[in-house]
Amino acid sequence: MSEAALERPAAGRNILSDIGVRQVLLALALLLYPAVASDFFLTQIGAYSLIWGVLALSLMLLAGYGGMVSLAQITTAGVAAYVVAIFGTNNMNIYGFGWPWWVLVPFAVTVAAIVSAVIGAISVRTEGIYTIMITLAIAAAFFYFAQQNYALFNGHSGFAGIPAPHFWGVNWRDPVPFYYLCLFVAALCYAAVLYCSRSTFGLALQATRDNPRRMRALGFHVVAHKVAAYGLSGIIAGFGGVLAVWFNGRISPGTVDFGQAIDVLVIAIIGGLRHPIGPFIGAVFVVLIQTFAIDIVGAERYNTLIGLVFLVIVFVSPDGLLGLWQQIKPHLAQKSLRSMPSGGNGKSN
Amino acid sequence: MSLTEQSASPGITRRQAWAIFWLLAAGVLAWMFIAVWPHWLNDILISKKAFVSSIFNGITLAGLYFLVASGFTLVFGLMRNVNLAHGSLYLLGAYIGYEVTSRTGYWLLGVAAGFLVLAAIGLLMQVFVFRRLEGDELRQTLVTLGISIVAADLMLAVWTGNTYQIGVPHWLDGAIRLPIVSAVRSNRLVVLAVAIIIGVGLWLMLNRTRVGMMIRAGVDDRAMLSASGVNVHAVFAIVFAIGAGLAGFAGVVGGSALSVAPGEDVRYLLASLVVVIVGGMGSITGAAIGALLVGLAEQIGLVYFPTYGIVLTFVIMVVTLAIRPQGIMGKVQ
Repeated sequence: MSEAALERPAAGRNILSDIGVRQVLLALALLLYPAVASDFFLTQIGAYSLIWGVLALSLMLLAGYGGMVSLAQITTAGVAAYVVAIFGTNNMNIYGFGWPWWVLVPFAVTVAAIVSAVIGAISVRTEGIYTIMITLAIAAAFFYFAQQNYALFNGHSGFAGIPAPHFWGVNWRDPVPFYYLCLFVAALCYAAVLYCSRSTFGLALQATRDNPRRMRALGFHVVAHKVAAYGLSGIIAGFGGVLAVWFNGRISPGTVDFGQAIDVLVIAIIGGLRHPIGPFIGAVFVVLIQTFAIDIVGAERYNTLIGLVFLVIVFVSPDGLLGLWQQIKPHLAQKSLRSMPSGGNGKSN
Repeated sequence: MSLTEQSASPGITRRQAWAIFWLLAAGVLAWMFIAVWPHWLNDILISKKAFVSSIFNGITLAGLYFLVASGFTLVFGLMRNVNLAHGSLYLLGAYIGYEVTSRTGYWLLGVAAGFLVLAAIGLLMQVFVFRRLEGDELRQTLVTLGISIVAADLMLAVWTGNTYQIGVPHWLDGAIRLPIVSAVRSNRLVVLAVAIIIGVGLWLMLNRTRVGMMIRAGVDDRAMLSASGVNVHAVFAIVFAIGAGLAGFAGVVGGSALSVAPGEDVRYLLASLVVVIVGGMGSITGAAIGALLVGLAEQIGLVYFPTYGIVLTFVIMVVTLAIRPQGIMGKVQ
């Protein structure tokens, strides 16, 4: 873990200087994707992967840089989605205050950030492996609460008929606009996480992950850094939740249950926690498996397939598909290059 | 703390004597209220029957939670392994108990099969999976998560989404009259009795046997135990087998008192999580206290504020974390 921190460039270095040919090609491919993709591939694969990617990215920020594996990210996203349903428009005749989107979205994201910070404040009281247990318990408590409570969450049925906004003469739930909306939000979150990882705050967070005692001795407020990281990840998860509720048009306790909480973790782990691109790779991979599992193992046994893939990844490559690539890359290069120090990275398992 | 425990002779210590005294005093006070039942209590607690039965249901549920959580906390205490597949072991035990009981007709055989088969599976998991990932707690936890995903799906494939009820012998089925509670199903009482027996048995095993001594030593300092010539891997394997076996055992007992259905794995995993967070990781006594608190909170919440019941459990967890982050009986690492 400590070597990862060393590899990163120093704080204050301009992100723009890192953009190379590969990054430009990827951006072009993503921008031109609607030109070749059908509506199904645009929405059910493209936009859906981007939404899950944003959710997993919020976990990557916490787990990758902060060393806190939280299973409550779906809860944060769910809170944002419920806020959109309650204060925006829905066709259940319950609440639905009809706030315009430009008030609603910042409000929902702010609430999500606050909720996430509170979850963080509760769970950072214990460390390491305990975080998984406590955040899982919190996520489950929220699910059962949303399911039992009719006064606020409308119980089991939740809210339906939540429209995506119409502005500038565009219905943003149409396939192409919605894809670009998701792409824009995902790119924004991606850039924010990348920037954050190189900021003073991000470096302090990574140092906290590697050695909390030393950071405390140096005079850093370790708990405050961790809670702030939860708040930031809450903003990202909040955006993911808003997109998800516009995508589905509905929100119910089933959207924030145990299985979904696990899915976020599975995607982030399969993709890799080393770099913010990992969660998006994981999301595309999992969504593709989910969509085409019918052809491989039948629609029923999709979870077995994804669970086995997850197990293999955890066993073979602790850094997910991203780490797998870094293990393979040196072998593809010339033989003489293998002995170079950069190639040694992949062998450490 | 550890010094007093070591010097404790087979009798009871001063602290334990005081604990028993206060428990008795609290019991007498509760008895005085319940026996007299002043009118003003009706305004707060709806009725005597509702109150007493919610308490009683809470205690029997606590018995079941203790059975599940004791294995979980034992494994965690020694191996620092958060076994997220613990719920799956519970459910698999319940299904195996159902199959054996319905085919042979002997309930006790089903209980034994539930324990033994799951203990064997636990042994295999420890030897083939967790030993390979030793020292990497996060990866161990992720592996158990992966196993639970696959296991839940495969169990759904084999036993479908139906709800089963494990048939119990007639001496367990029926109503028993008790002094305060009008009538209870006797299998509920059996759950409680079994939980107490297992709890006492575990306590005796941990505190009075050689293996128990090794386990306690391993919880305190694994490296030192290994250095003193004990085969730590064998101890780990035994503990994991007991932990998994207890989950399977709890599955059969729970499946007889309540029912067996997909989704129960998650429910009991979460119950175990909250119980050990509240009670303290790695402590059997803590698991008993945590199970009692969570079981009572759940049933009282169900009767008195149905739509906010879960919040009560959650508040207990948060308050524990705020006051004692390591749990009520947990030790600071």
